[in-house]
Amino acid sequence: MAFDTATSDTNRQEPSYLEYKGKHSGLLGWILSTDHKRIGVLYLTAILTFFFGGVVFGFLMRLELISPGETIMSPETYNSFFTLHGVIMIFLFVIPGIPAIFGNFFLPILIGAKDVAFPRLNLFSWYLYMGGGILALMSIVLPGGPADTGWTFYIPYSVRTNTNVLISLAAAFTLGFSSMLTGINFVTTVHRLRAPGMTWFKMPLSIWSFYATAWVQVLATPIIAITLLLVALERIMHVGIFDPALGGDPVLYQHLFWIYSHPAVYIMILPAMGIVSEIIPVFAHRTIFGYKFIAFSSIAIASFGSLVWAHHMFTAGMSDTGQFVFSLLTMLVAIPSAIKVFNWTATLYKGSIELATPMLYVLAFIFLFSIGGLTGVMQGTLSIDIQLHDTAFIVGHFHYVMFGGTGFAMFAAMHYWLPKMFGRMYHRPTAKVAFWFLFIGFNLLYFPMLIMGWLGMPRRYYDYLPEFHPYHLASTIGSWILIIGLILMFYNLIRSFKKGMIITEKNMWGGETLEWQIETPPIHENFTEIPVITERPYGYHDNELPVEKKELV
Amino acid sequence: MNIEAQAHTEVHVHRDDVGARLGMWLFLFTELILFGGLFIVYSIYRFTYPEDFRLAAKELNTIIGAFNTIILLTSSLTMVLSIAAIQRQNKNLSMFFQLITIALALSFMVNKYFEWTAKFHHGIYPGSDSLMNESSGQILFYGLYYVMTGLHGLHVVIGIVAISIMVRFTKKGIVNSDSYVKLENVGLYWHLVDIIWIFLFPLFYLIT
Amino acid sequence: MEKNDAHTEHSNGYTIYVIIWLSLLVLTGLTVAVAGIDIGELTIPAALLIASVKAYLVLTIFMHLRNESRTFTVFLYVAAFFLLISFILLFTDYSFQ
Repeated sequence: MAFDTATSDTNRQEPSYLEYKGKHSGLLGWILSTDHKRIGVLYLTAILTFFFGGVVFGFLMRLELISPGETIMSPETYNSFFTLHGVIMIFLFVIPGIPAIFGNFFLPILIGAKDVAFPRLNLFSWYLYMGGGILALMSIVLPGGPADTGWTFYIPYSVRTNTNVLISLAAAFTLGFSSMLTGINFVTTVHRLRAPGMTWFKMPLSIWSFYATAWVQVLATPIIAITLLLVALERIMHVGIFDPALGGDPVLYQHLFWIYSHPAVYIMILPAMGIVSEIIPVFAHRTIFGYKFIAFSSIAIASFGSLVWAHHMFTAGMSDTGQFVFSLLTMLVAIPSAIKVFNWTATLYKGSIELATPMLYVLAFIFLFSIGGLTGVMQGTLSIDIQLHDTAFIVGHFHYVMFGGTGFAMFAAMHYWLPKMFGRMYHRPTAKVAFWFLFIGFNLLYFPMLIMGWLGMPRRYYDYLPEFHPYHLASTIGSWILIIGLILMFYNLIRSFKKGMIITEKNMWGGETLEWQIETPPIHENFTEIPVITERPYGYHDNELPVEKKELV
Repeated sequence: MNIEAQAHTEVHVHRDDVGARLGMWLFLFTELILFGGLFIVYSIYRFTYPEDFRLAAKELNTIIGAFNTIILLTSSLTMVLSIAAIQRQNKNLSMFFQLITIALALSFMVNKYFEWTAKFHHGIYPGSDSLMNESSGQILFYGLYYVMTGLHGLHVVIGIVAISIMVRFTKKGIVNSDSYVKLENVGLYWHLVDIIWIFLFPLFYLIT
Repeated sequence: MEKNDAHTEHSNGYTIYVIIWLSLLVLTGLTVAVAGIDIGELTIPAALLIASVKAYLVLTIFMHLRNESRTFTVFLYVAAFFLLISFILLFTDYSFQ
């Protein structure tokens, strides 16, 4: 059972990338490695560590909000906590998340390449990520205390407050640089390193997603870089740019901030959608419905997504014309996202659906992302947003898309790909139990926010009127159930690294993309011979299990 | 269907000059948009305070600005000539042109130094009392002036360092007529620095 | 002499670069001259137009964009378009206040 050699064409001649002995050994062999797979694992470790930190802040915030009035922390502390929760989750978890871990590990493999176009730059991106993370941590412990501006650093408060805003800005700037360089690497890799025969329309759909994401990383991130730099200069040198006391326009700051930060949410969701497109065909045993529609919709989402930023600013003091224009454009961006959801659902129709853990997370994604997306369309409607802006409704919306969407897709990817990456299978029944805790806890945590936001509960407030108490109570209890799920899930996965069933099988799920044709775990150069591609991916015959799949005990 | 498997396992060093240039262009886009953000801020404030901008711009010295423009344009010429030279296996000529480029870049910075210090002497700098007493538009003009020309100057300095490294590489033969994509990429960077100034010059010095 | 390398075959002689440089100097002179004339509303468009022509020359000749595959030019259009659209949409707010 442990060593199933019948499915391997060749006995393993080369060591896996985990055992490969390069110029350096031990820890140095990891942190000096330019192997995209090792870099992916480095990101996995770092990103999940920071995620844990972000969860802790979220947990404590919910604890504060379990009853009105001060519960466990002062208002100033609460402000710092939601700032840190946002900064960590957004810049250290969701934005890098899927591209840095799974993009790095699998993009070259999926296109039949040995590595990315710029391996050393790739390692440098990881160093920048770690540097940004360390700066963020420093902002917590250094005198002055962590920034309390919210992750949005709005002027004028961000130039007035005496908390550690500068270090936070430096952290975000550094992380942005990491993101840009990854984007440059991925665009070049997709253009230059595809295997012979892999035309654009023979690429797996996750590559289309990573590609579109990479473009957004390259084009949008510099805007936040310059914007944050300007805020820093205003703080340090009193350069007049945004500060109204110096003649500046604080709404202009908001514009510039969101010109990046809106496309950033597409950096977050596009790779997640790519994961869904990869996993659904495998576990529905049907070829993906509407390949070209899904491929083009990735490009469309990236493109339209750069046209809608000011819908974050409807109550900030924009002109009526500006508001109309952005509301209209916001409606447009929903269309390609919906196209994807329709195509995924059509793929499921008449499929032979196997509810393996990755599939559970992906199905949950479709449900949770739809709620998030629909609430987004509600917010895009000007008249409704006047009521909803800065309420808990918004908080509910973005957690549905970023966590229910990207978060769950990342969990799906972990359950789908970790066995390939490490040659170990986690305990599958436990994984399913963890999923249900997560799903139930998630909805109990966030759905009440949609309701109480609608009823007027503001966001970023640590105190509230008694009428909102039942919702906050439910939400906090939901957070506990969610956290139990997280603990169970991560315990299961981490335990599997040492104690999980060893897998040497190349194709444990019956996938039809290139990663399932190479060794488990992959060898250092991924392929012994670069494949020549003659067929499109997902070439399932409807409801037929591909021949190579073996039953796992 | 012709199926030819290509065995790449022996080849560990993967050279792709087109890919290298593609990556460099993508990096240049990030720089373009970094400065583009500043140009966007400039355009909004100029639209809001047209008279203030005109007034404030009077303080700037058009002659130095034009002179610096010519310096940078010439440095772009010498940069591209250094590439043409290495393509023709003329290593010394290439190094010569690279050194001229550095010299021109340094003189640009010297001019900038004189410009800025003259301004400081007149009390025009971020946060100064005399500047704070001016109208909003003028404060913003100078805020933008210092940030944009300052950031540009920083990029000039980085360029000087990068070209210096290329001089050394050319001397040692790492950059040679068979393999000069590093030099090309530094050249691309340098031309972008030039292009940014091409837009900065009229927008700050020539509003009258 | 030149090696039989696709890139070098397209490589330009020294002369073309000098000609472009002279053109750039002339255009710079033109920019300064035009700034001295009062053309009211057209001042900014004129300045930007001349600057764009200069940038175009640097991009196509000095940066060898015309020798590269079309992909590079398409990329540039995408980046420029992103900037342009941000600029235009931003002005839908400010022009109408």
